[in-house]
Amino acid sequence: MTAPHTRPTLTLGPVLFHWDGPAWRDFHFRIADEAVIDEVYVGETVCSKRQPFIEPHLPEVIDRFTSAGKRVILSSLTLITLERELRATRDLAGQDDFLVEANDLAALRHLAGRPHAVGPIVNVYNAPTAALLAQRGAQVICLPPELPANSIRQIASATPQVAFEVFAFGRVPLAISARCAHARARGLHKDNCQFVCGQDPDGLRLDTLDAEPFLAINGVQTVSHACQSLVEDLDDLVAMGVRRFRLSPQRCDMVAVAQIHRDVLDGRLKAMEARASLAALYPEAPFSNGFLHGVVGAAWVEGRHRLPR
Amino acid sequence: MELICPAGNSAAYREAVEAGADAVYCGFRNETNARNFPGLNFSRDEMAAAIAFGHSRGVMSFVAINTFMRAGSEQLWFEAVDDAVTAGADAVILADMGLMAYTARRHPAQRIHVSVQAAAASVDSVAFLVEAFGAKRVVLPRVLSLAEVRNLTHQAPCETEVFVFGGLCVMAEGRCSLSSYATGLSPNMNGVCSPASHVRYVPQGTELVSRLGDYTIDRFAAGRPAGYPTLCKGRFSADGRVAHSFEDPVSLDALGHLEELRKAGVKALKIEGRQRGKAYVAEVVSTIRRALEARPEARPAILSRLSRVSEGQRTTAGAYDKRWR
Repeated sequence: MTAPHTRPTLTLGPVLFHWDGPAWRDFHFRIADEAVIDEVYVGETVCSKRQPFIEPHLPEVIDRFTSAGKRVILSSLTLITLERELRATRDLAGQDDFLVEANDLAALRHLAGRPHAVGPIVNVYNAPTAALLAQRGAQVICLPPELPANSIRQIASATPQVAFEVFAFGRVPLAISARCAHARARGLHKDNCQFVCGQDPDGLRLDTLDAEPFLAINGVQTVSHACQSLVEDLDDLVAMGVRRFRLSPQRCDMVAVAQIHRDVLDGRLKAMEARASLAALYPEAPFSNGFLHGVVGAAWVEGRHRLPR
Repeated sequence: MELICPAGNSAAYREAVEAGADAVYCGFRNETNARNFPGLNFSRDEMAAAIAFGHSRGVMSFVAINTFMRAGSEQLWFEAVDDAVTAGADAVILADMGLMAYTARRHPAQRIHVSVQAAAASVDSVAFLVEAFGAKRVVLPRVLSLAEVRNLTHQAPCETEVFVFGGLCVMAEGRCSLSSYATGLSPNMNGVCSPASHVRYVPQGTELVSRLGDYTIDRFAAGRPAGYPTLCKGRFSADGRVAHSFEDPVSLDALGHLEELRKAGVKALKIEGRQRGKAYVAEVVSTIRRALEARPEARPAILSRLSRVSEGQRTTAGAYDKRWR
């Protein structure tokens, strides 16, 4: 599709957390106006009950991105069990105005034969699976965050027809359930959740009994407490054939986060300095890159243990 | 409804057959299956012998090759499928789409069952797997309510199989990296969740602390039985409130819903527990077999004896009961 020396693409992932409608809109407006982001994933991927909050703002957000020359990709729901969720996914996959990111097999079914993207929660662990999806129309695949570098290298080199993306910044989506742990933590049930997840726009921190921060609850989804950052691995990932880097929105200055990644990718900023700047921008959590390095996902592997090319 | 029973070794396989299984599921002794525990599973010869024994008794064998192929080592998974086919497996239970495509292409006559790890939770997901790979049956995730199981089974273009007894995953299966976040090893990549290799019990004052990797999962007062630190059954603190944040340390028991599952058109009932010993398998399988053959009103008395074998002595009907959410 593109030659290896092409400038890597910086993407903004879908907002995983439940932000209220106007905050969600204004966040995206600012990204559209100011951020060095090339492509943006838009849509509710975690809980269909949140969809009514962002739907009124979708058209204006999409317009703003389009006017700013940023490509919009519409993200589908991750766990589909209800009839109305199925209908919404069919409708989304049926439209031809925007590329759709499939986050579930149901979306893949309806996108077959047409260009589409595949999200990080679809299980692409090897090249035969990537090739199969490419044959069915996948142009972009965001690889699962738990994949180690060896796998990424294998998959990217064996499947050059796909533009591969990795989860470069943000709390990692680790699990999703039909049960809502956020409601449970507030003594509520999912059906009567009162949208309590909206009180924690960066996730509800879960500590171990030793008072050590461990995970964060985001409605029916569980994310890492640590913020994954591959900022020191960007060059290695580009060399492996990764062409796209996803920045997942957290409650911090994402315009600045994007600029730092762009500067590193373009050779204007050293990775170590970039990491320090990111830490200042997002002090809420430590950084992790353990998944990429094939160790405990929560771990941070120092720069001196760089990946073998 | 078929009764699908677990076997982690040849002895458990024989017990399951004797106890009334319609089919036994098992895996090879490597990372190709999602119960890749030390001392468990089947060599090629053991698998062939088990399948032949099953066939001599009219019992089917399903071979679980249900982890995701490690990039660059796909041959290990391809060979597992080839060998399962050669050994006469009545079905292979698969999760990886690349492996399903390989199987459909190389062994078009082989029956493919979709593992719960493939995360097919809706009729469209199931239809995708049937259309793309010719899947004949899908094992449904333990996140669906009874009504959802009924709807899905009614509309699905293939058979459905559901878990009724044993371990309970709180998270959608095949989409959970909690274990690798804490230990580096995951169900999808390594066939293990909260692996025993990373578990420690550490005395602290009068308490016993259960740890997984570097993380405390629970604490137990002196004299209380210390549970296994499965990550999603641990106790954590949110805003200073300590709770089993995801789920209590319970196991699944949906046997109170046998009649609803039958009416829903579910083709097969699955018992979790390939890591269990042969005595457990014999007890659980024979009891559920007797219950299935009894009149519905006679079942509770028969099934009550199973409460003794359940993990932590406490059970839940899980997501089948919609209030669980």
